[in-house]
Amino acid sequence: MAKTHHIHIRLNGVEKEADVAPRLLLIHFIRDVAGQTGTHLGCDTTSCGACTVLLDGRPIKSCTFFAVQADGREIRTVEGLASDGKLHPIQEGFHQEHGLQCGFCTPGMMLSAVALLEKNPNPTEAEIRWGISGNLCRCTGYQNIVKAVQHAAAKMQKGVSA
Amino acid sequence: MMQTSPEIGGMGHSVKRKEDARFIQGKGTYVDDVHLPGMVYGHVVRSPYGHARLKSINIEAAMKVPGALAVITGADLAAANLAWMPTLFHDKQMVLATGKVLFQAQEVAFAVATEQYAAADMAELVEVEYEELPVLVDPHKALDADAPILREDREEKSNHIFHWEVGDRHETQKAIQGGPVTAKVDAVFQRCHPAPLETCGCVADFNKVTGKLTIWLTSQAPHAHRTLFALVGGIPEQNIRVISPDIGGGFGNKVPIYPGYVCAVVASLTLGRPVKWIESRSENLQSTGFARDYHMTAEIAAERDGTVKALRVKTLADHGAFNAAAQPSKFPAGLFSICTGSYDFPKAFCEVDGVYTNKAPGGIAYRCSFRVTEAAYLIERAMDVLAYELKMDPAALRLKNFIPPDKFPYQCPLGWTYDSGNYPAAMNLALKMAGYDELRKEQAEKRKKGELMGIGISSFTEIVGAGPAHTFDIVGIKMFDSCEIRIHPTGKAIARLGTKSQGQGHETTFPQIIAQELGIPQQDIVLEEGDTDTAPYGLGTYASRSTPVAGGATAMASRKIRDKARKIAAHLLEVSEEDLEWEPGKFFVKGAPSKAKTIQEIAFAAYTNLPAGMEAGLEAVHYYDPPNLTFPFGTYICVVDIDKGTGEVKVRRFIAVDDCGNIINPMIVEGQIHGGLTEGLAIAFMQLIGYDESGNVQGGNFMDYLLPTAVETPNWETGKTCTPSPHHPIGAKGVGESPNVGSPAAFVNAVVDALSHLGVRHIDMPVTSWKVWQILQQHGIA
Repeated sequence: MAKTHHIHIRLNGVEKEADVAPRLLLIHFIRDVAGQTGTHLGCDTTSCGACTVLLDGRPIKSCTFFAVQADGREIRTVEGLASDGKLHPIQEGFHQEHGLQCGFCTPGMMLSAVALLEKNPNPTEAEIRWGISGNLCRCTGYQNIVKAVQHAAAKMQKGVSA
Repeated sequence: MMQTSPEIGGMGHSVKRKEDARFIQGKGTYVDDVHLPGMVYGHVVRSPYGHARLKSINIEAAMKVPGALAVITGADLAAANLAWMPTLFHDKQMVLATGKVLFQAQEVAFAVATEQYAAADMAELVEVEYEELPVLVDPHKALDADAPILREDREEKSNHIFHWEVGDRHETQKAIQGGPVTAKVDAVFQRCHPAPLETCGCVADFNKVTGKLTIWLTSQAPHAHRTLFALVGGIPEQNIRVISPDIGGGFGNKVPIYPGYVCAVVASLTLGRPVKWIESRSENLQSTGFARDYHMTAEIAAERDGTVKALRVKTLADHGAFNAAAQPSKFPAGLFSICTGSYDFPKAFCEVDGVYTNKAPGGIAYRCSFRVTEAAYLIERAMDVLAYELKMDPAALRLKNFIPPDKFPYQCPLGWTYDSGNYPAAMNLALKMAGYDELRKEQAEKRKKGELMGIGISSFTEIVGAGPAHTFDIVGIKMFDSCEIRIHPTGKAIARLGTKSQGQGHETTFPQIIAQELGIPQQDIVLEEGDTDTAPYGLGTYASRSTPVAGGATAMASRKIRDKARKIAAHLLEVSEEDLEWEPGKFFVKGAPSKAKTIQEIAFAAYTNLPAGMEAGLEAVHYYDPPNLTFPFGTYICVVDIDKGTGEVKVRRFIAVDDCGNIINPMIVEGQIHGGLTEGLAIAFMQLIGYDESGNVQGGNFMDYLLPTAVETPNWETGKTCTPSPHHPIGAKGVGESPNVGSPAAFVNAVVDALSHLGVRHIDMPVTSWKVWQILQQHGIA
């Protein structure tokens, strides 16, 4: 095989390093090298967003991103949402508002929503719909996902004011 | 039905889902998450041609890839008598091509390597030589004298697969000829694809030491799949364990057995290592079970006052290269003969002819009870065309012709016995929610101003819960389903079912049925499905059958337990069984409610203090054979606005009134309706697995085969009426597919309604802006 690159990626706050082929996709680094399978592969063409992760806080689709491009950077996945055993408000929102069915799109959908809320803490419904429009859900029809994001927004706002 | 307390959480409570905890934390186990020691990877080599003779396959270069382990070809499989496998419908299908290929993306070889990327490299390097043959893509030309004969393996040298008819041809013809008013519509329900967000795949693990084959499989029917692997592969059934793990959506796509699964199994048997095969999105859309592709004509005869007299339906069904329809074996066109819908037709006749073409095989029940979607779409479109002929309001026409509530159980002219229904109630609620009269006024005013607004109605009737053993089987296996419940000494329980959730929330809803029946709090009950080594045998989850069939089994198994619990309670309370009364959670002595034993006390006694001669334990299993199908229904109303300049259709409102009988979990039912409506929206406006003249797939990825985003999807306005099924143990009917069955006609009817004053009577799906714009152009509007 072609030569490998030695890369360091900070994944959910933990330093990971590995020798990887230049063509290794980030999603495969996360799932197969780092063994964190919460990030899913749905379409291979940047269309569905199941593979969405946060790269230095910005949502990207890890199915069309090389692992070497993430060298020295920070990646956040669904496994990094809860902290100290406490669910992130977006996770709570999805559960409370029935924002998921099969669960396959859920991790990527939640990360897009988190990125939206970090930029825009109090989005309108239209802003939420546009904010998650890079993520396809086949089960829910989005209505309860919108409610889940609104739930999280309210909760996060309360957290700020408290 | 008695309402249980929120602590018990029986039927009717919007209990939050138990399965969520793992999914929201990235801890689900989908098939691609299964990682076994020594696991290797398979990749399918596929045909670039729609129809071609296979000249040679050279694997030399592929085998030089570092990590290469094997390339399996059709010839290899033929040597083991596995080159072909039976389909689910009286036909066979090539696992890997031998002789020729019959559709683009057909499986030709299977490359196996130690790494996933190496397997893909190998597949690139497998050299296949083809000789192109004439391609047949138009089903209407399949029976022409000069059409190429696709299936050389069959005795009949014809592309005709079957002719099927039901009803009274002669009487129906007479009635249609007699008019006085007739309406006719030619409608294509286009080829589309369920496209669950998770594609299909498996990990096959043959253990050479124990002789056991374990297959992690994206399967909606794991038990039936185990039996098929045993029958086809010759492996003793006790040595096969199918595990259907978390499934990322199914919608019918994961009912059939696909060649990739068989190849992975063969590779694992050969190599003695676990073999993972996960298809890409393009492979999923191009090669696995498509749905619909029904080319239909409906004709209705009616009196001048709108009373319908007869319905005649003629359909050409494009089944692709192999007849791999996943449907009950006695029904070549599935349950399409439900096409009289919600209306009281005295006479009807329906005929379907199936043909082969150079397209992927399938004809699966995509969120659909075996062609009921095609039937509902056709009759609801035809009723609108009739309304235009009569110059009658489409709501009024439907109300006039509904099967009256007092006529249930209703025997329809094509043979079904509808269990229950109250169609006017659902329609009237939908009209009220929509503000129908106001909408019609608004439309009239807008029309005067030259603006385009449409209102579409669909009052569908479903047929689900297949099905009664006397009529329904799939490859011979009767379509019962099962539930096994064990109550532990502390009163907690585990239940296992023959079904398999793919997002429907079974881990939450089935414990609610048990909670309703036994009064054990739903959170004390664990539900397992999908492991054939532990769960009782069942036919699986599709066609909205889990609640009607496995739900029945769950209630019946609970009642067996309650019968035994009554005996134990009588023993504990030292009274006779007849002196006891039940309320969810306890037996008490009639007239002395303080003298009671809770189900938890009874469960403990089942292991510690039994009446003399009674077997220990508190458990039951039930295989439920439904006496009839169930017939959910509803009325949907869609309001659209059309941009005159671009032809863009905006769904302004969508009102969905569903009646699925008694509801187990209202939150989950509403979620199912939202999702099904969104899939209906996609079919109506966006989706087509098209083919060009050379047989190239034109909807083979998510850039060509569109799924709606949150931006195109409207907010759904839901309502409900409740007409319980009289024959079902808990009066439930099933709901998962109703919104996908009922909604396409509402969307299309709305667009046609907006353009009806121009003389437009039908537009085939997908109703794209381009099609609408062309119509507007023709009429000098755009």
